[in-house]
Amino acid sequence: MESTQSVITIRNLVKSFPMGNREFVALNGINMQVAHGEFSGLVGPSGSGKTTLLNLVGTLDLPTEGEVLVLDQSVGHLSQKKAARLRSQEIGFIFQTFNLLPVYSAFENVEFPLLIQKMGAEKRKKAVVDALEWVGLTDKARSKPAQLSGGECQRVAIARAIVKKPEIILADEPTANLDAENSHHILKTMLSINREMGTTFLFATHDEKVIGYLGRIIKLVDGRIASDEKVQLN
Amino acid sequence: MITFKLALRNLMGAGLRTWLNILVLSLSYVVIIFLHGLLDGWNQQAKTDMISWETGQGQLWQKNYDPFDPIRLQESYSPVPQELSSLVREGKLSPVLVTLATFYPEGRIQSILLKGIGTEQQVLELPTSALAGLSEEIPAIIGKRMAETNKVQAGDLITIRWRDSEGADLAAELRIMKIFSCNVPTVDAGQVWIPLDRLQSMMKVPGEATLLVSGQEELPDLTGGEWVYKDKKFLLADIDQVIKTKSVGTSVMYVVLLLLAMLAIFDTQVLSIFRRQKEIGTQIALGMTRWQVVGLFTVEGAMHAVLAALLAAVYGIPLLMFGAKVGIPMPQGTDTMGLAISDKIFPVYGAGLVLLTVIIVLITSTVVSFIPSRKIARMNPTEAIKGKIQ
Repeated sequence: MESTQSVITIRNLVKSFPMGNREFVALNGINMQVAHGEFSGLVGPSGSGKTTLLNLVGTLDLPTEGEVLVLDQSVGHLSQKKAARLRSQEIGFIFQTFNLLPVYSAFENVEFPLLIQKMGAEKRKKAVVDALEWVGLTDKARSKPAQLSGGECQRVAIARAIVKKPEIILADEPTANLDAENSHHILKTMLSINREMGTTFLFATHDEKVIGYLGRIIKLVDGRIASDEKVQLN
Repeated sequence: MITFKLALRNLMGAGLRTWLNILVLSLSYVVIIFLHGLLDGWNQQAKTDMISWETGQGQLWQKNYDPFDPIRLQESYSPVPQELSSLVREGKLSPVLVTLATFYPEGRIQSILLKGIGTEQQVLELPTSALAGLSEEIPAIIGKRMAETNKVQAGDLITIRWRDSEGADLAAELRIMKIFSCNVPTVDAGQVWIPLDRLQSMMKVPGEATLLVSGQEELPDLTGGEWVYKDKKFLLADIDQVIKTKSVGTSVMYVVLLLLAMLAIFDTQVLSIFRRQKEIGTQIALGMTRWQVVGLFTVEGAMHAVLAALLAAVYGIPLLMFGAKVGIPMPQGTDTMGLAISDKIFPVYGAGLVLLTVIIVLITSTVVSFIPSRKIARMNPTEAIKGKIQ
């Protein structure tokens, strides 16, 4: 599914945060491109800048210097409204702690991004059922997050990310709170989504299990890209 | 529409917390409307009683008569005009003669207003028929307050002293025929009512009166003569002023109740925003703008008021209607504290009061919900996603 068409382009990216009287540079001189359909990951120890980079690609943060282009749109120049629209239509998020809305059922959680898109009721229902089928949770549609296991919660989060058929899915440590079995289950699901739907995945992880599934490993150390290599998957 | 749907979903999902808030707010609605209705009912009753017991639909005052100047009472009577005698005969106009007197109940002494009124009059609700019959003693009726203050009972014989129109000091005994209960202090406290013809003869002013109480608003024009017309608006000016003053007090109570209800919403909102930072961050990540999230939280808060109005309607309407039908019993003895209050007050609920209360609560709760929600607009979504307190 991978093509040469770039969905993410990063040029000379610098991101710094004020820390007391000085600036902490989280990302320094990042240049990279992610092609459509890639199953790639930002790998590195804590504090290496993985999540910061993911947040910038996800239009949740703004670059200090340089440029982040997502689907040819410069993150630094997007209005809040346009950034929200980009997230709503083209970017799916999967978080380490699932971040499901606690008072909603699994069905309602998956439905949420489509409600924001103002999709019609019938189309919405079909899309939610399809997404839940993808992750094998149709029988848990009415369950609230508190009634689900960690693995099930993350599968609901994956369904929520894919339901709107985004171009890019950003997954921040998606297996950090899961056991090995659930981790593999989740990763296989995401890989099959990548292969069948052509969705681009960008992970932030330091979990070896995840790294084993990645088609491209971008290693970050102290806010810089230390290595960037493609891996041949079986 | 989506915001309303999501807000309702969030509220319903919050379960007991939502229902507790809604219950508190609905109680505020009902209590505010009830208290307002009670005071409106009290005011309306007080005015009706004033008209029925004292003012009638209007009065003609002898030109020298001034209720606040007892010294001039001796100069404040004139013959009832000829052109009004038919109205008097038809019972549409009731002459009243007023003079100062001294009352000696069981050896004590009290200054009173001695009032003469027709025994067959039907303009005022005073039980004047009780004054008919006696010929040797002077029959009198007094109010409950007057009786209690002077420890007088029906059947008692009381000495009174008065001065006639020629300045002679006279005394006689009068028999208390009836003690009436009335909510209007000005026809009760310090007043003794006797038959008009007896007082006219005691005062040596046959056919004369101090004022004429009318049962109808239209009276012949007597401008320029001995009599001055006082309309209902003038006669009720004092009570209108009291009502106006009371309504300021009511408004204060209204605001206090409203503030209590709003405090509940404000607290819920602040707590909600504090607890739901991760949710807020997630909503932004899923494609909502910050101001959309602010809107969602504001609508959530305001929706408390809408749901509370519905809940209040469910139990409040039957409850308030029942109260308005059977009346609210007032504690005994309130009238001795100087309050003109009947045994029961029948609350009056106007559509305006209900509508205004709902609108005010709705607007205030929206504002109160919006104020803490503005914080969301300043949140850093990347921190909020992690649930970090900002």
